[in-house]
This record gives sequence, C-alpha cells and structure tokens, in this order.
Amino acid sequence: MSDGKSLQGFSQGLCKGLGRPGPLLSVEGVTKRYGARIGCAEVSFDLWPGEVMGIVGESGSGKTTLLRCLSGHLSPDEGRVLYDIDGQPTDTLTLTEAERRRLMRTDWAFVHQNPRDGLRMGVSAGGNVGERLMGTGARHYGRIRAAALDWLDRVEIAADRIDDRPSAFSGGMQQRLQIARNLVTGPRLVFMDEPTGGLDVSVQARLLDLLRGLVREMGLSAVIVTHDLAVVRLLADRLMVMQGGHVVEQGLTDQVLDDPQHAYTQLLVSSVLQA
Amino acid sequence: MAVIEIEGLAKDFTLHHQGGAVIPVMAGARLSVEAGECVALTGASGAGKSTLMRMVYGNYLARAGRIGVCGVDVAQASPRDILALRRDRLGYVSQFLRVVPRVPTLEVVAEPLLAVGEDRDAALARARDLLSRLNLPEALWGLSPTTFSGGEQQRVNIARGFAHPYPAVLLDEPTASLDPANRDVVLTLIEEAKARGAAILGIFHDAEARARVCDHEVDVGAFTPRTAA
Repeated sequence: MSDGKSLQGFSQGLCKGLGRPGPLLSVEGVTKRYGARIGCAEVSFDLWPGEVMGIVGESGSGKTTLLRCLSGHLSPDEGRVLYDIDGQPTDTLTLTEAERRRLMRTDWAFVHQNPRDGLRMGVSAGGNVGERLMGTGARHYGRIRAAALDWLDRVEIAADRIDDRPSAFSGGMQQRLQIARNLVTGPRLVFMDEPTGGLDVSVQARLLDLLRGLVREMGLSAVIVTHDLAVVRLLADRLMVMQGGHVVEQGLTDQVLDDPQHAYTQLLVSSVLQA
Repeated sequence: MAVIEIEGLAKDFTLHHQGGAVIPVMAGARLSVEAGECVALTGASGAGKSTLMRMVYGNYLARAGRIGVCGVDVAQASPRDILALRRDRLGYVSQFLRVVPRVPTLEVVAEPLLAVGEDRDAALARARDLLSRLNLPEALWGLSPTTFSGGEQQRVNIARGFAHPYPAVLLDEPTASLDPANRDVVLTLIEEAKARGAAILGIFHDAEARARVCDHEVDVGAFTPRTAA
C-alpha cells in the first residue's frame, strides 16, 4: 500500500461499499476436447470473492469436464485459468506440480458427489479431517484433534463418532464429513460436483443449510455443478447453463431461472416437476 | 434525483418452444420515486404490474430502456453489481417466501442484516423486534417458516424485507393475507420507512391501504404495447 495508486484503488473499492480488489478466479476461453468430441468449449467467466457460481446442464453437457479443468484435475487444450495468489492473478496451468498440490491442499477444496472419492474410508473421521491439516504442516496432536472435533461439531457429527470410520456412517454423514475435511484448512475456493446428489431430500436440505452458512461465515467462493435447479436457486448467486459443451446462457441465478432467454434453458426450467 | 427512475422501459417474452412466439408485454414505461415517497402500481390483472416490479429487481431482463435504482442502471448492470445493489440498497418483499428448509425464522429475518455485516446480536435483536411487532408467536421463531400458514409466512417475509433500512424497497401485495391488526402494523412499517427517506414502489390491491401510504399511482395499463390486436 505504499504507492498512491493502489491506495486510491482501495478507497474507491471501499466507497462502493464492497472493498473487492479483483476476481479470485478468471476463466478465459477454456476448451477441452476428447479427440473430435468437445468436452467444453470457450468458457469464460470471473468469480469474485464470496460469490457462488452454479453450473447446470444435463448429463454430457460438459459441466463436470469444465469443473475438472478449473480445479486442475484436467488440462484444457486451450484457454487460461487465473487464480489470485497473494494479489497476483496466476495462471494455474503453469504452476509446478508441487505448487499446484499445495494449492489443492490448502486454498482450494473439492467436494465430490460420492463421498468415497473424497474421503479415506479406512481412516477414522477425526483422521480424515486431521490429515488435511497435517498436509499444511500442522504437527501438534492435541491441536489437530481439537480442530477435528470443532469441525465435526460444525457439520453436526457427534463428538463420540470421531474414532469411527466413515464406512460406518450414513451417506449424508459421509458427505458432511467430506465437507469438514475440505474446509478445515480454511480454503478460499471450493469446487463442488453434485454435492447433494444421491442424498434423501431431508438430508439435502440440511446440507444446503450447512453450506450456505459456511459460505457466508467464511466468505467462501464456490463453483457448484449440479443438475438440480432448486439447489442452485438456494445456493448460487450466478448461474451458467451448459449444453453440448457450450455455455448457452449466464446471469443472475433467479433471472436465468425466472426469465430464461435461451431455448434450452426454457426447456430445462419448464421440465421441472412441481412438488 | 429520484431514487428509482424508469424511462422507455420495454419487455418481450420469446417462447422458443411455442413456435418462437414473441409476446410484447410492455413498452415506453416510465415512472419515478423520490426519497420518502411511496408509489403504487395499478392496472387490471395481467397489465404487467408484477413484470415491472421484477424488472426493477433485476429478476426479469428488459428489452430496452433504463431502470435507475440508487444510481445503478439495473437494465444494463452486471450480475455482480445487481447482487451488491440487492444486498445493501434495494429490498423486495415478494408474495412468496423462498428459503432454505430447516433454517429457523429468526435467522431468516436476520439474514439481510448479517449479509451487510451487521453484528450478529444486533441483527437477531432487530429480527425479534420486528417479529413481535408483527405478532408472530414467539414459539414459532425457532422453527423453519416452511410449514407456516400463508399469513404467517407473509409476516416473516415482511419482517425480513424491513430488517435492513434499504433506501429503495419493492412491495408486492404486502397486506394481502393479513388480519386488520397486522395490516395496520405493516402500514405503520411502510410509514416509518418513508419517514426515514426510503423510496417505495408497491402493488396494493387493498384500496384503503393505498390511500393511507401511497403518494401517487401509476397505471401500468398505459404501458401495454399497442400491437396488431
């Protein structure tokens, strides 16, 4: 903050009541092909701190491919994914393997649809949460166990289950444990692939409530892939609709759902069964 | 300058799955609401009152025109700027309560205050104050409003809409399913908001309520496009 220019920019941000320096994630023209077939094509968007972006579309629309490209699990054929590291937009595709691993262990989190993909099933619940903390250098056993207990409590898993393995948990509990394991390091960006898929409706509601609270309290940014329009309406600030690998429409979540412009979005919205 | 200022506003719906029919629903809409003023939208059912309100909130897209709200042109603004506007300057009491199931009523009402960074205790105190003024039994505050009656849900919606002192407020039938006592509380809340300088745009089928709180009326029927009939 030594030069006047950045101070001015900072105070302008505050005057707008928002104090946001720049996007956390900038996606520029991301394209991924599987041979001649398109996975996702020319996807661009900015995600700002504290914002939740929803991505909807039917199976095969490219939403999961896009999520995997954004989160470093797949390399796109074209385009860039810039992430704010210490105020510098950094191309995550040019990071060294070690740098990328560190990012994925600390500042980023990935919540899989199937908790088995995000948990170590042979390790206790406390171990699952503590392991991610140890990955960031924590070594003090008492403090790691205390942090694990705190997080189990936040995701509503009773303290006396800390030494049980996740295989003894219900699907909803496993999903909450996966969330605790991911968020214990205080990440700034969370990728979620169908986080409520495969859960009972009552368990979904509980998870939605939990996620919304965490997003607000921790100021998290998130990218959520789902096919459930009710989930994005309650969780996402903004929405992208994908079809055949392309983003066909994007905007404010409620605007896209209530006044859809594209033929495919109109079909998607009008196909939802009324409960 | 007016807090809400609308000029040349037009709206069509294109129905891609019904032969691509384009239905013009509004053209040349204009109105303004000053600070401390309440303006009622009137017109027959289907004239476009709700459509106009939804456009002001950014929930429907405009085809043409300008929708100035607290200096932001909602017709042109990015989603991020509309989100910021909704968070701190533009409130909306809709007819329907849409909340995450399981969240207690008190939290639902306090949420807009927490979103602008209000201290948690102060936000909850304000929520309690509003819910007790609106005569919602205290036994219900810890429960999710999803199972409440229509009138109870509406009061939760109103409490939530008045929790944060927005400079601009949209009200869609705020007194529709209320008994006389609660109706009076809501009209008093509207008067208090006007007194602190809020600009209010509303739909009120209740003519007496309109006479009590509204400074003037805008007939939305005048903005119905004259197309090949």
